[in-house]
Amino acid sequence: MKSGRRKFLKVAGLTAFGFASDKLLGNKALAAVKLLEPGEINKELETAGVIKGERLVMIVDLRKCVSEKGCTKCIDACNHEHNIPDFGETKDEIKWIWKEPYENAFVDQENFYMTEKYESKNVPVFCNNCDNPPCVNVCPTQATWKREDGIVMMDWHRCIGCRYCMAACPYGSRSFNWRDPRPFVKEINSEFPTRTKGVVEKCMFCEERLAKGQQPACVEVCPEKALVFGNLNDSKSEVRKLLKENFSIRRKPGLGTSPEIYYLV
Amino acid sequence: MLEYALKGNKKYWSWLLFLSIIIAAGFYFYLRQLNYGLGLTGMSRNVSWGLYIAQFTFIVGVAASAVMVVLPYYLHDYKAFGKITILGEFLAIASVIMCILFVFVDLGQPSRVANIFLYPTFHSLMFWDVVALSGYLVINVIITRVSLASENKHIAPPKWIRPVIILSIPWAVSIHTVTAFLLSGLAGRPFWLTAILAPRFLASAFSAGPALLIIFCYIVKKLTKFDPGEEAIKKLALIITYAMCVNIFFILMEFFTTFYSAIPEHIAHMQYLYVGIDGHTRLVPWMWTSAILSIASLIFLIVPRLRQNKKILLIACSMVFLSIWIDKGLGLIITGFIPTPFGNVIQYWPTIPEALISLGIWAIGIFLITIFYKIALSVRRVIET
Repeated sequence: MKSGRRKFLKVAGLTAFGFASDKLLGNKALAAVKLLEPGEINKELETAGVIKGERLVMIVDLRKCVSEKGCTKCIDACNHEHNIPDFGETKDEIKWIWKEPYENAFVDQENFYMTEKYESKNVPVFCNNCDNPPCVNVCPTQATWKREDGIVMMDWHRCIGCRYCMAACPYGSRSFNWRDPRPFVKEINSEFPTRTKGVVEKCMFCEERLAKGQQPACVEVCPEKALVFGNLNDSKSEVRKLLKENFSIRRKPGLGTSPEIYYLV
Repeated sequence: MLEYALKGNKKYWSWLLFLSIIIAAGFYFYLRQLNYGLGLTGMSRNVSWGLYIAQFTFIVGVAASAVMVVLPYYLHDYKAFGKITILGEFLAIASVIMCILFVFVDLGQPSRVANIFLYPTFHSLMFWDVVALSGYLVINVIITRVSLASENKHIAPPKWIRPVIILSIPWAVSIHTVTAFLLSGLAGRPFWLTAILAPRFLASAFSAGPALLIIFCYIVKKLTKFDPGEEAIKKLALIITYAMCVNIFFILMEFFTTFYSAIPEHIAHMQYLYVGIDGHTRLVPWMWTSAILSIASLIFLIVPRLRQNKKILLIACSMVFLSIWIDKGLGLIITGFIPTPFGNVIQYWPTIPEALISLGIWAIGIFLITIFYKIALSVRRVIET
């Protein structure tokens, strides 16, 4: 009886805490609790049914990625899959995945005498599909919204092109169609829509492929298996295992957006 | 009363014709922008807001500044503002219309603008800004319409208009506050991420707006028999002086926090504005011009002997207006994007079509002010004669 009540209080407390942390604080609060055994919170939350469904994340293993050697396979696959135009100039450019030097991708994590490898490292960057996305907050028409599984979506038929989301994104992940992109798409993929001028677009973790049970195009094509995609809420998933066993960093974690792309360094 | 706008001398009509030509040029380039896309402007993936949103931000301030004549006149019964209050309210109407136009021409898909109302999104500051601006427009149209109509008929305005006028006072503050919140609530843009942005906006608005009103009063006085009254101008000049002091004080506070805390991301924007980064100095001469103009204007304004000299006051008002136009209508928005979230410096400058579209909107504003003032003064002259 006694233990039953205790258990009830524990679970109820954690449940309330889980809701509070999720709804009010993002996931910042979870890290603040260190009194319990590692993994205990998640276990309790799972049994209590607070953690449920999917939380889709991407892991980029920078130790494996060879982008500095000129590999652009993930970028090419994405560009083809999503009918991304090539204007041949940077002013109007549209990009869903691209490479940034380490110091630009991680502006707040530059150290002196860093491992030489990282000084010249090119980091693949995409939309972080944040758990607490500022772009979704600011959009005046709900043309961008967060799905239950965490993917931050874009409705190109509702977007009015105010570009408030671009101002709000701390990662420069969003592109705007400054002109008609269609004549500049090399080879149209009829499986995926092309866009019109005047709307914003970005990476959506290949939701169209996920719906067919496939992996995102970049993950599938990576020759080094440096990209891993999966459900973080699944305790048996590869992403969960990788995060448990390796040291990972995220871009600008201090802003509270909770990016869903983890980099292993 | 609209018939007053349709009668006028040759000067009046040629002025309107001149403005119409500028409007037509702006409209032509807008059609081109509509056809090609916003790529016709200088904006890019990195600097995704430019002159349009910057002008919008500046003009919201001019619209809000009507409160500086409305508040003393209606709340404190300050009679000296009796003649110019209507001019302030009309200035507000023209400004809000310009604001709406500047946001409209900035849209990539203007035909979908109704989506803002079809899918009202309460957590978006853009939604609230649209609500605040359209509400302010409606309120001011009602106020000017009702009070002028009563004046035209030589009757006292209806009693119900007073609460509407009182409502316009906090509403004016709200339009500029919400516009500041639009920017200061973004975690990823350190340059705007300052709690003092809204107060700073109000201080600069209450300097630039009344400065423009003084300039307009003198122009109207020169062209017609209208006399705003010496006391009203003196009081407006005093308001500008105080607001300008507060404005400069606020800017210095930004400098202190930025440079003493020495957070690199915050410093970088200020550095770009005032000294440039790696030879990228496009805004530097503008910002120093703005700084010098604001300090010089403050000297002219603070010394009573200078401020009370009509010619010097006019020069000081022009300096205040220009200084804040550069600071808010150019520097503030663009620099929020420079450097980029990746720390790169990618500069922006408006293209000629973009500048002409903006000029066209300014011409629409001045066109509206011309006919509004024409109506108001026609009504007034009927009373006086």
